[in-house]
This record gives sequence, C-alpha cells and structure tokens, in this order.
Amino acid sequence: MAFEGLSSKLQEAFKKLKGKGKLTEKDVKDAMREVKLALLEADVNYKVVKDFINTVSERSVGQEVMESLTPAQHVIKIVNEELVTLMGKTESKLNVSSMPPTIIMFVGLQGAGKTTMTGKLALYLKKHNKKPLLVAADVYRPAAIKQLQVLGNQIDVPVFSLGDKVSPVDIAKAGVENAKKIGADYVIIDTAGRLHIDEQLMDELKNIKEAINPNDIMLVVDAMTGQDAVNVAEQFNASLDITGVILTKLDGDTRGGAALSIRAVTGKPIKFAGVGEKLSDLEVFHPDRMASRILGM
Amino acid sequence: SFSRPVDEELLEELEEALIMSDIGFQTTTDIINLLRKRIKEKKVSDAEEVKKLLKEIIIELLGNEVRNILPEKTLAVYMVVGVNGVGKTTSIGKMAAYLKNKGYKVMLAAGDTFRAAAIDQLEVWGNRSGIDVIKHQEGADPAAVIFDAIQSAKAKKIDVLICDTAGRLHNKKNLMEELRKINKIIERECPDAYKQTLLVLDATTGQNATIQAKQFMEVSDVNGIILTKLDGTAKGGIVIAINNELKIPVKMIGVGEGIEDLQEFDPTAFANALL
Ligand SMILES: Nc1nc2c(ncn2[C@@H]2O[C@H](COP(=O)(O)OP(=O)(O)OP(=O)(O)O)[C@@H](O)[C@H]2O)c(=O)[nH]1
Ligand SMILES: Nc1nc2c(ncn2[C@@H]2O[C@H](COP(=O)(O)OP(=O)(O)OP(=O)(O)O)[C@@H](O)[C@H]2O)c(=O)[nH]1
Ligand SMILES: [K+]
Ligand SMILES: [Mg+2]
Ligand SMILES: [Mg+2]
Repeated sequence: MAFEGLSSKLQEAFKKLKGKGKLTEKDVKDAMREVKLALLEADVNYKVVKDFINTVSERSVGQEVMESLTPAQHVIKIVNEELVTLMGKTESKLNVSSMPPTIIMFVGLQGAGKTTMTGKLALYLKKHNKKPLLVAADVYRPAAIKQLQVLGNQIDVPVFSLGDKVSPVDIAKAGVENAKKIGADYVIIDTAGRLHIDEQLMDELKNIKEAINPNDIMLVVDAMTGQDAVNVAEQFNASLDITGVILTKLDGDTRGGAALSIRAVTGKPIKFAGVGEKLSDLEVFHPDRMASRILGM
Repeated sequence: SFSRPVDEELLEELEEALIMSDIGFQTTTDIINLLRKRIKEKKVSDAEEVKKLLKEIIIELLGNEVRNILPEKTLAVYMVVGVNGVGKTTSIGKMAAYLKNKGYKVMLAAGDTFRAAAIDQLEVWGNRSGIDVIKHQEGADPAAVIFDAIQSAKAKKIDVLICDTAGRLHNKKNLMEELRKINKIIERECPDAYKQTLLVLDATTGQNATIQAKQFMEVSDVNGIILTKLDGTAKGGIVIAINNELKIPVKMIGVGEGIEDLQEFDPTAFANALL
C-alpha cells in the first residue's frame, strides 16, 4: 500500500533526532512534508491539508517530547489528535421527530449509493423495532423505482411509489401522508442522483425539503471521492443545510480522505457508513477509526 | 493586460491546480519538474506561455490523438467492468447508441445478475435504441449469460456484443475471479473475435482509481478507460497518472445521463478543461 507506513516514514525523518528534547521548527517541517503527502494520497482536499498542517505545526514546534515516545511517535500523536478533533469525537445519532413519523431524505451525486443506503437504514431501523416506509422519489434513473422495490421486498419493508410520471415533490408529500396512514414511524425518501451544479435539480430538492420538512437530510458520499468532495459537500450544504453525511463503499481499500474534507468544510457529522452491497452492511460511523484509516495506521 | 512573472508562486499555483484535479502528488511533482526544465530550456518568461507548456506536457502524457471504441473487426466482444456505481450500465446504453449510429449491429448482455433491477435498467437502455438484450433471471450465473449472448450474437451476425457486469470492488477476490472465468469463456467461444475490456472510472474518484485499474488488469487485459461524470466539477486528473504509469488510454468520456452524452476522448480538450 502506498503509505502503509506514515509511521515508518516519520521515523525516518526523525532518525537524526535521538532521544528526547524539544521539536524544532526544522524537525516539524520535515515531518509535515510526510504528513502532507499521506493526506493527499488519502484524497484529503488540498486546502484542508494546508490548514491542517498549519494547525499541527503550530502545536508541535517547541513541544517537549515525552519520555515514552520517540519524536516521530509524538508527532503522530498530535496528528492523530487533531484528526480526531476535526472528524468529531463521538458518534452521531439520527434526529428523531417528537411527533412521528421521523422523515429522512437522502441526497447526493449519481451512483453514490443512496438507494442501497435507504434499504440499509430501513433494515437497521427494523432491527431496532421501528416501522420504516421507503419512498421512491427518483423518477429519472432507469429502473430506480424497481430497484427500491426489490430492496424493500428483500427486507420486507413497504415501498411507496406513484410511478415516474408524478413530480418528486408530490411523491414525497404523498409518501409522508401514506406513512401516517399505515402507522410507519420513519419515512425514508430516495431521491435521484444529481450534480451539485445542476440548478434545476437542486431546486427540486429544496422544494421537497420545503414540502415535507425532513428531520434529517443525509448527503450520501462515495468514500472513493477525490478532491471534488468539498465542492459537492459545500454546494449540497449551501442549498439544503444538510444535517448529516453517510459514507459508502468503505469496504474498499480507499483511504477515504473525503470524510475529512467534508467534515472540515460543512462541520456536519458523518452518521453512518456503508461497508458492502448487502443490506446488512451498515455501520454506525466512528470518527476515531476513520482518522487512523486516513493516515494508514 | 500585463503578464505575470514566471516565479515559484506561479509554479505553486499550477501545482495546486494539478493536485486539485486528482492527478496525484507524485505525478504532479513529475510534471512540475518537467515543466521547470522546459521553462529553462525554452527561456520562457511569460506566465501564459508556461500554462501552454504545461498543457503540452499533459497532452503528451495522454498521447496526442483522439480515441474511440470503434471495433477493428467484427465480431467484437466488449466487456465493461468497474467498481460499484461508476456508470457502467449507463455507458453501455450510450455506447450501444454510438455504435449503432456508426452502422454497427449491436447486442447487449445483462451480465449483472446481482444488483437489484440491474437487468431492468439495461433493458430500458436497450429499448431506447432498439437493441436486443440477452438476459437471464436475477441471481443467475453471469458466465452463463455471457455464454448465451455469444451464441446468440454469432447466430444473428451481430457486429458488437457489449457485456454489462456487476459492479465489484477490486479487493473482493471471488468477484474478480468471476471476471477471469468470463474472460475464459469469451476466449473459448469466440477466439477470433475482437475483444476489448473497458474499465469504467468515475471522474470524481481520487487516488483509489489507480489501484482499481491495477487490480482489474490482473484479471483482464484492460484495453481502455471510459471516464464518466465529467459534466460535474471533478476533472478526472487521475487518468493522466493511469495512462502514464499503466499505459491504459482513455477512449471515451461520459458527460451526462442522456443517451448522447458520450464522447470520443480528445486529450487536447481534456487538458484545456483541466487548467
Ligand atoms: N461495495 C459497496 N457497494 C455499495 C455500497 N453502497 C452501495 N453500493 C453499490 O454501489 C452501486 C450504486 O448504488 P445505488 O444505491 O444504486 O446508488 P445511488 O446513489 O442510488 O445511484 P443513483 O440513484 O443512480 O444516483 C450499487 O452497485 C450498489 O450495490 C457499499 O457500501 N459498498
Ligand atoms: N452526471 C453523470 N451521471 C452519470 C454519467 N454516467 C452515469 N451516470 C449516472 O451514474 C449513476 C450510476 O450509473 P450506472 O450506469 O448505474 O453505474 P454502474 O457502474 O452500472 O453501477 P452498478 O452496476 O451498480 O455498479 C446513474 O445515476 C447514472 O445516470 C455521466 O457521465 N454523468
Ligand atoms: K461514484
Ligand atoms: Mg438511486
Ligand atoms: Mg450497472
């Protein structure tokens, strides 16, 4: 793997520096080069990397190196702490409505994993003795409705659809009404993938939001996303004021630096992670684990 | 307008632009070093000229020719592979229309028997351009679907058979082995066919795309890349690293979800969009 060893590279950078002492500006600069490389290789956004390096450098220069750690270990410790701070320290929960049903809307780029994730979340809720309803509001992608129906069928969760000739706003509204009628306590709305720069389709999402007032608006993001993750997240957030992020395809071998970028630019928590194609492949997101993954440690 | 000087600041800006386009740190460094050398050799002192030089380097790295997926002979069998959600099925729908417009007789094989409604999705695309789709049930053996499709393509004197496959992450060993098995069947059933494996990459993907390419190369002879979703703000710079390092050329690009949103790959246009 590209940098299985940020640790070993840092050891290398500090080879000359034996024993304990203070970290000088020069030591830190050498180390930061390696950290920067590691973060860029992990797809963390360039601007986010720069800010991050500044923060870590400031904290590191002049630090007493603790007895139990080598200078390399010490810098790694600081890097890790700052990463965890940035990622958010604790797990985040769903926003639950005081008056059921709780409405959750999924948005994101094409192919990110939204539809699959609606199925996963429905199964997760079902396992927690909730009664979810899936709503098929993607009227554009070929066979999107069928896809959701197949998934709903697999987990025995009802799927509300009005076909693909009705506007997504009307489908969403009718979906929420239907949830009330059948006594579902969660409504999960699948929307079509779209580009953050597609004004018309972004307006459609705003209109859905306006119409149904969701408790959670989840931006679903592919963990393999590169530098563009910040553009996507910034614009979805600016249009919709998202409440959370879901990272998919973490079962791959990507470092997942997008997680850090998105967190840094939106400040919104990552709530869940998709770790496979099966509907049971859902995990509650652990920010601290993500920090280690990004650094390859 | 007055021109800016050629200094470190300019080079840093260009470096930043390259990294932001997902080219990757190593390839970016290589490119900037080469650029420095050429600036010196050619005694360039104008910032706009530097930009031009940089574009030239990128175009060289990509191989300066417009490329496409037209078959060299028929029967041609195209396998379309890639990780989940990159745009395989959609690209096949567009490719089919593109090839049909060029006068080829095209057939599709629904080799993704796994993803919910993947077969229906491909059928919608087949219908859009009036092209037959060979399919089995959801859950069927993909190799058997491909086998049937080849027989049918031979019988109907098809020019190009395009096979959809399920999205698979390259680190899933058994799924990658499945591709190897399908390749063997194609090799056995039509040894004289013009065979192409096209890897679909999503332009929004970062550094992981290189690993994807490497792993798919292990089980298939990957002949080309289809780079999708270039209609967004992602630049897809990683293909420069892949072309450079792994010698897999980009052949087509996806620029939207419509049937006509597929274009032949033009390195010059790509470089222009990048900077
Ligand atoms: N390996 C893996 N595959 C996933 C994961 N989540 C989704 N997928 C796959 O990614 C592909 C795209 O998933 P979809 O759920 O259709 O994505 P989408 O965002 O709804 O796509 P559009 O509606 O077209 O925008 C499918 O092949 C899914 O099986 C995951 O966590 N891991
Ligand atoms: N904007 C844009 N969207 C695209 C492009 N190509 C494909 N898509 C969209 O990306 C999503 C996923 O496309 P698919 O063709 O289903 O991808 P796939 O690789 O077959 O997915 P799996 O079979 O699930 O692995 C769909 O919503 C497509 O409409 C493109 O060039 N631009
Ligand atoms: K994607
Ligand atoms: Mg979907
Ligand atoms: Mg597909």
